[in-house]
Amino acid sequence: MKEPKIKIHDLTLYYGEKMALNSITIDIPGNEVTALIGPSGCGKSTFLRTLNRMNDLIPSVKVSGEVLVDSLNIYDQQIDVVNLRKKIGMVFQKSNPFTKSVYENVAYGPRINGISEKKKLNEIVETSLKKAFIWEEVKDRLHDSAMGLSGGQQQRMCIARALAVNPEIILMDEPASALDPISTAKIEELIFELKKNYTIIIVTHNMQQAARVSDLTTFFYLGELIEYGKTKKIFTSPDKKQTEGYITGRFG
Amino acid sequence: MNRKNRITGTLFIGAAAFSAFLIIAVIIILLVVIIIGGKDTFSWKFLTSFPQDGMMKGGIFPAIYGTALLVLIMSVAAVPFGTITAIYLTEYASEKSILAQTIRFAVRTLATVPSIIFGLFGLGFFIKFVGGQMDSVFLGDQLKWGQPNILWASLTMALLTLPVVIVSVEEAIRAVPREMREASLALGATKWETIRRIVIPGSRSGIMTGTILAVSRGAGEVAPILFTGAAYYLATLPVSLSDQFMNLGYHIYIMATQSANVDQTLPIQFATTLVLLMLTFVLNLTAVIIRSRIRRKAK
Amino acid sequence: MDNPIENKNFIFSNESLRKKFRLSEFLSEKIITGVAFLSITIIILIFFFVFRETLPLFNQKKEAIKIESVQKQEQYNGGETTVRTNASGQEQYGVTTNDTMMIANQAKVEDSVVREADEATIKSLIAKEWVPVSDRPRYGLIPLLVGTLKITLLAILFAAPIAILAALFSASFAPYWLREIIKPAIELLAGFPSVVIGFFALMVMASFFQNIFGYDTRLNAFVGGVAMALAAIPIIFTITEDALTDVPHSYTEASLALGASRWQTALFVTLPAATPGIFAAILLGIGRVFGETMIALMATGNAAIISVNPFESVRTLAATIGAEMAEVVFGDTHYSVLFLIGSLLFIFTFGLNALAEFYVKGRLVKRFQGK
Repeated sequence: MKEPKIKIHDLTLYYGEKMALNSITIDIPGNEVTALIGPSGCGKSTFLRTLNRMNDLIPSVKVSGEVLVDSLNIYDQQIDVVNLRKKIGMVFQKSNPFTKSVYENVAYGPRINGISEKKKLNEIVETSLKKAFIWEEVKDRLHDSAMGLSGGQQQRMCIARALAVNPEIILMDEPASALDPISTAKIEELIFELKKNYTIIIVTHNMQQAARVSDLTTFFYLGELIEYGKTKKIFTSPDKKQTEGYITGRFG
Repeated sequence: MNRKNRITGTLFIGAAAFSAFLIIAVIIILLVVIIIGGKDTFSWKFLTSFPQDGMMKGGIFPAIYGTALLVLIMSVAAVPFGTITAIYLTEYASEKSILAQTIRFAVRTLATVPSIIFGLFGLGFFIKFVGGQMDSVFLGDQLKWGQPNILWASLTMALLTLPVVIVSVEEAIRAVPREMREASLALGATKWETIRRIVIPGSRSGIMTGTILAVSRGAGEVAPILFTGAAYYLATLPVSLSDQFMNLGYHIYIMATQSANVDQTLPIQFATTLVLLMLTFVLNLTAVIIRSRIRRKAK
Repeated sequence: MDNPIENKNFIFSNESLRKKFRLSEFLSEKIITGVAFLSITIIILIFFFVFRETLPLFNQKKEAIKIESVQKQEQYNGGETTVRTNASGQEQYGVTTNDTMMIANQAKVEDSVVREADEATIKSLIAKEWVPVSDRPRYGLIPLLVGTLKITLLAILFAAPIAILAALFSASFAPYWLREIIKPAIELLAGFPSVVIGFFALMVMASFFQNIFGYDTRLNAFVGGVAMALAAIPIIFTITEDALTDVPHSYTEASLALGASRWQTALFVTLPAATPGIFAAILLGIGRVFGETMIALMATGNAAIISVNPFESVRTLAATIGAEMAEVVFGDTHYSVLFLIGSLLFIFTFGLNALAEFYVKGRLVKRFQGK
């Protein structure tokens, strides 16, 4: 069996005195979509953000345990967090384009990596926008402000922006929760296509979405990892009672 | 009981309303009086020609020029300094750190120092100390920099307006949404790259507001330049940093209190006051408009 | 450097993820922190250099004071580079003549300037006469202090009630649209340079009040006080208004629910609840007036008199510095005393500011947490 892309062992996170993640242990396979589900406040977003160390930005956070990406513990002292985030990209719940043009948004990542040659940038921008299924819609307005796009388009552009840095893993924090059904469908289609080349971990509130889109599903509750396994199994015959309770809508 | 209450109430509210309108009335009277007193003398020629006949006639161009030069040099000093301090306070300082709190306290203190003290500091530090050292190191016995001039006056003014710049820029930096910073960091940008590429461009309007407000203060304050470089009658415009300069506010002060023939120069005084008032008014208005746009964006 | 963007099949090796030292990050943080630190340095420098110039006063041993010869770039009427000195040997710059100065100075200004070390200078500081330019210079600060206090008192007496009432009106009684007119209008007043207010007082208000009250001296503490009030009102208004609107809605709603009318609520609930903020506002207004120079120079008459009568001229500490510093010789006793006055002003406003901050922070926090 293939070595898991991410191996997490005994991950515990405190916000000051409050424990938000309790001893999480899980293996996440590469080139597949893993969904994180669970009721509000259960820690799934927090967990997601530990994978690219975005939680480091909060001063009161304390993390213990191991997160091994390609057998490298990303919480090691010797790790360069900035480069780490080039390997593990993120798409946020609410699209957050820069107040620049579409082109400059997508070119941001390559630029900070030292690429300034016009031809190269053009190529990367086009490729990324195509991968995000949005090239056709924006190719004629590349240099107009990104703020003029619709919500769904902005989110896909943010995905393109993340892709432009050529990550291996993409973290998505409820990427379609603020979007209409059509945009949501486009994004789901996008995810399906992307998993061929990237490892995707997606947090979602929408169980149907998880069922549609993911290969593996993880159920979080109150900061603990209750159960994880193949999506089909989780949704049809889960092992734990709590999982079943959430799936069938008895709570959540 | 009820009737007495109602009368008291009406009187009270009436007094409060009266106070508010009294203030506004005084403002209007002041504006009207200055406008009436100065409008006849105010003209394009007035603004662009030199004084004549020992200040009895002519225009105030050198005062305008001197004021403009003053605020220019002042801005070059104060704006970068203030912007960088604001960046520190918002991006690098942890709120609890003693250094950050001390810096904030220092900025607040600076804001309440009487303007004449800045003049004293300009004299004791810039002119005597810095200027004196410059002279002894570069010029031996000569006295060139250890005297009042436009350089020292501008730097003195820069210290006075520093808090204004800091406050405005800080407000604008805080208005840049956290999500944008997160997006930048999540793409693998460093802190400084994020500040340089996202935060500073996003705070441009705040930097502009701060600069405009500083310029407005710098154009109108007179106490700091009373003995650090302003002069009443100079036949030529300042051409080097070691020259003295004329100044609108200083001109008004001297002319109103010391001119040889007050009645004859009165129209010039009013017109000069009108110019200064208009200048600061337009600047402040512009800053307020930009600032309210920042506040709306933050919501 | 291995660039991940260029090579699509690049697998991040341990090497590229090793902690990297980025010079620009290090430098930018150090430089930015250093520049910010300068603001602390400035305050310290101000303290130091203003006090420094007062030191000669405390050095009793010196016999005579060096007179530094100053060559100024004076250009009068066509390019003469002369140092203009008047009969008493004082250098002048920037001022045409001294004669028509509107100083109703009751002290004699004599021609000769004595440049002796005055060992009794320190003692004379508490004298009742301020006559720095004479055979026997007297540097009594009392008249200046009295003048400053008189002006401050008058100014706050005028400004505080009006500003507070106006703020109350704006915060509690005025409809929204009216509030949006009043607030900016008063902020406009805050933007008027003090020299403009001084000019207005000198040219318009002085005669106006003289006609009403019929006193002798046209420029006096009363006129100065009213003018200073104009400068203090925006500060007191703004801070009071903020304090009033910061009073929690639950307070005012509770009062109204108990059957109190709007004005009763405003006067007996909102106003008391905002007291710390109002106190701070008044303190800051005092600080503003205490150190204000231009208005004092133009509207108070500039006479160092001790008197209770508001219609007599006064001289404030700040105005003294402003009026006389241009006339003194670098380094002599008069110069040092002026710096001493400046030091006192600095200490006073510093203390006032600290008081306003700590009082408001302390009391305010206690108040809204139920003592």
